[in-house]
Amino acid sequence: MKVIYTDSLVIGGGLAGLRVAIAAMQRGFDTIVLSLIPAKRSHSAAAQGGMQASLGACVKGEGDDEDVHFGDTVKGSDWGCDQDVARMFVNTAPKAIRQLAAWGVPWSRVRGGDREVIINGEKVTITENHEAHGLITARDFGGTKKWRTCFTSDGTGHTMLYAMDNKAIELGIPVHERKEAVALIHEDGVCYGAVVRDLITGELIAYVAKATTIATGGYGRLYSVSTNAVISEGIGTAIALETGVASLGNMEAVQFHPTAIVPVGILTTEGCRGDGGLLLDKDGYRFMPDYEPDKKELASRDVVSRRMTEHMRKGKGVPSPYGDHLWLDITLLGRKHIEKNLREVKEICEYFLGIDPVKEYIPVRPTQHYSMGGVRTNATGESPTLKGLFSAGEAACWDMHGFNRLGGNSVAETVVAGMIVGEFVADYCEKSSLNVSTSTIEHFVKTEEKKIADLLLREYGENPFELKAEMQQIMMDKVGIFRNGPHLEQAVEELQVLNQRARSIALRNRISSANPELVEAIRVPKMIKLALCVAYGAMLRTESRGAHAREDYPERNDRDWLKRTLTTWPDDSADLPEVSYEDLDVMKMEMPPGSRGYGVDNTIHHPDTEKRIAEIEEIKKAHPRADRFELQQLLNPTPIPEKFKGKNERIGRGYK
Amino acid sequence: MDEQARVLKFQIFRYNPQKKGDKPRMVTYEITEAPGMTIFIALNEIRETQDPSLQFDFVCRAGICGSCAMVINGQPDLACRTLTANFPDGEIKLLPLPGFELIGDLSVNTGKFMRAMSERVESWIHDREADLVNYDELEERMDPDVAEQIYELERCVECGACVSACATKRMRPDFLSAVGFMRLARFALDPRDKRTDEEFYEIMGNDDGVFGCMTLLGCEDYCPKDLPHQTQIAYLRRKMAMIR
Ligand SMILES: Cc1cc2nc3c(=O)[nH]c(=O)nc-3n(C[C@H](O)[C@H](O)[C@H](O)COP(=O)(O)OP(=O)(O)OC[C@H]3O[C@@H](n4cnc5c(N)ncnc54)[C@H](O)[C@@H]3O)c2cc1C
Ligand code: SF4
Ligand code: FES
Repeated sequence: MKVIYTDSLVIGGGLAGLRVAIAAMQRGFDTIVLSLIPAKRSHSAAAQGGMQASLGACVKGEGDDEDVHFGDTVKGSDWGCDQDVARMFVNTAPKAIRQLAAWGVPWSRVRGGDREVIINGEKVTITENHEAHGLITARDFGGTKKWRTCFTSDGTGHTMLYAMDNKAIELGIPVHERKEAVALIHEDGVCYGAVVRDLITGELIAYVAKATTIATGGYGRLYSVSTNAVISEGIGTAIALETGVASLGNMEAVQFHPTAIVPVGILTTEGCRGDGGLLLDKDGYRFMPDYEPDKKELASRDVVSRRMTEHMRKGKGVPSPYGDHLWLDITLLGRKHIEKNLREVKEICEYFLGIDPVKEYIPVRPTQHYSMGGVRTNATGESPTLKGLFSAGEAACWDMHGFNRLGGNSVAETVVAGMIVGEFVADYCEKSSLNVSTSTIEHFVKTEEKKIADLLLREYGENPFELKAEMQQIMMDKVGIFRNGPHLEQAVEELQVLNQRARSIALRNRISSANPELVEAIRVPKMIKLALCVAYGAMLRTESRGAHAREDYPERNDRDWLKRTLTTWPDDSADLPEVSYEDLDVMKMEMPPGSRGYGVDNTIHHPDTEKRIAEIEEIKKAHPRADRFELQQLLNPTPIPEKFKGKNERIGRGYK
Repeated sequence: MDEQARVLKFQIFRYNPQKKGDKPRMVTYEITEAPGMTIFIALNEIRETQDPSLQFDFVCRAGICGSCAMVINGQPDLACRTLTANFPDGEIKLLPLPGFELIGDLSVNTGKFMRAMSERVESWIHDREADLVNYDELEERMDPDVAEQIYELERCVECGACVSACATKRMRPDFLSAVGFMRLARFALDPRDKRTDEEFYEIMGNDDGVFGCMTLLGCEDYCPKDLPHQTQIAYLRRKMAMIR
């Protein structure tokens, strides 16, 4: 049995995983990163749009600060997020982006003087302050009060990931590529690393560590059409679930992005609309202002996706062999802007659609895009039930996004969580020692060996590719943008059948080394379990919140549902997860539940909401001279690591 | 059914070094073309319905991550964004990218090569002060044009097409290649990187470096991101010649 020991094992080489690894390494702990693929190819590279941080340097960002960012994030989450975490996040984001600037990201900068932009379909001249010249600039994104999304031309994620991986290389952090974690090693409620399969040789290796961090990205590929990379299959999340001890949070919270191209589902960034692009129907009519007169195309993602679907249901979609779609019009932005700030979009249109978006409309449709749910953690990033297991990035339900995440808040989360959780991981390495027996390690390796041996021996059985396709179609048809009881019940039933069938997968190519069919056979049963968590959680949640929209329960119901869904899978032979709920405490909220300001507000309120609003008024009255920092401390004291507690400077405003 | 659908003929290089006794060979597969079909879609269909052992690498399937470069009818390119419709006779021959360690079939170990390249050129900002920066303060300013120029050179996706198309690399196994030069040019341009020309000379001032380039420019012809290899190599050469 091959065993590799380290202090901090990080599963995932995207932005989140690398940042956690850097933090632990800088604190002097031995660290190894595992990745299915070379780190720089992780899906973080695909983020074209930008990263939110309230720097307030560009003129349309003036007046921005942590508090405004906090408000947007909490509202965006439909009050489903953890406000402590959202607070830690907004306060740290400006530092994260400045650190990345020092590490080499060529963020686009403010250019003092006049420039022409498109706002609400019209050309407008705005004048950037000369004092801000050369500072990091920002663009407009959905659901934000200020222009806060910082970017690098059309390649934000690419430049962030390259800078981060380069930093990891500088520090000598080993990235073990083409390795797949297939199970966690744990005993008595403590996690000690993972059983890992070498995707080339097929060898199983035990990576034994004090702290294990899951940073494996989202589970978008549970759906047949998704903007996500083909490796975003949620395997990291699934191995946490399979411990039976760690819990997953809010798995039913799945985001659909308004503008992926039809039919292949490749994303065109929100930057298209942020920079002034419009949505048009089959008559060339701009319909969003009819539904959302205030934010129009730049309403929050879940809202725009639903409005588009509603509009298509009214017969206003453009018919195509692949079903109806709508148009994204960026022609009004002009060639120069598109070729510089939206070049990736242009390339995608040229290569995959054979059209020139400078002159032609882009066929788009809402498509699965982001997984708000994931491995449930405390504010420190640690699993509340499995010690030594941490999670960060899209894989985690750290829970700053609640039921809908804002564009630009995700890459920001990866680096901020990486910084903060990375410190807690280092603290954990410092204070704990590794006391796991060889027999325990052996037990976990043997279990996985046996599973693989069984797969290689079975003569007849299910085809893993077919099972996966069936699962993806169920999720697409029945657990999509709009959901309802009967469909969700069917989905759960059908997935349970698939879960049974997945126990008897047989292979045509029966070798244990590099073997794509075996990879699929290992993953598909895990994916079906995750799909069940999503569908079952959605079925039970009889309200609409953020991206979870129930046609049969259209109102947000704070009274009964201001709580986080927790799923565990304690019995491996079961066909359903166990579900419990964790209340969000209104009496601790810095921002008590209110209206998001879209459509009619039909919220059923929580009995504590009024009380908390009154209490906050009292606190404010009792401290008339408290500034915004002191007030925040009173309303929402958060466990930010000492290193990141400083106030953030802004141009023209200093540290106020 | 669509009457116009053609049958595509794929000839694919097969060899699994992990399997004892396996020998390199070309295998032909036929599939029916679908509208908008890319080589990504076609290869997955072949794997799912005809041969589940077929190895290849795709991640983003959108031309962004650089995983899927292979030799398509004689030319290195990103397979995920290559439409089958581009080939009028419906015959498509696929080979793994040469110049890299073969993992199996169409999969090669570009990751290992690129990590070594990054270590060799020290692909990071060199600044002794960088870790002393107080991130609460305003970031250091940068000219907006300079930021854009750096980004233009940082668009490389480490796909390896330039390396496979390089005649010098074929003769000199340790030749740094275009991807390495582009990375150096990117850091040489960056005011945050405090390395001197002499320090850059240490890395590339020899025949495995920029002086070895025979300017045949396969890199420029095949780079899927259209990076300006010719001008940047010429620039580095001039810069290094001044030190010599
Ligand atoms: C097309 C697209 C555009 C986007 N644009 C934006 C944007 O503009 N702004 C924004 O804020 N967000 C954006 N997002 C979201 C954002 O990019 C992602 O949420 C974020 O990058 C995820 O980073 P991560 O580090 O959590 O995971 P990833 O970058 O997905 O990395 C996951 C890592 O885990 C590894 N891994 C997975 N499973 C295993 C396993 N079992 N064993 C070992 N390793 C494993 C993988 O190899 C990979 O290295 C976009 C997303 C998409 C799909
Ligand atoms: S320079 Fe171009 S061809 Fe070479 S690795 Fe980078 S993107 Fe690929
Ligand atoms: S799969 Fe990412 S570039 Fe082809």
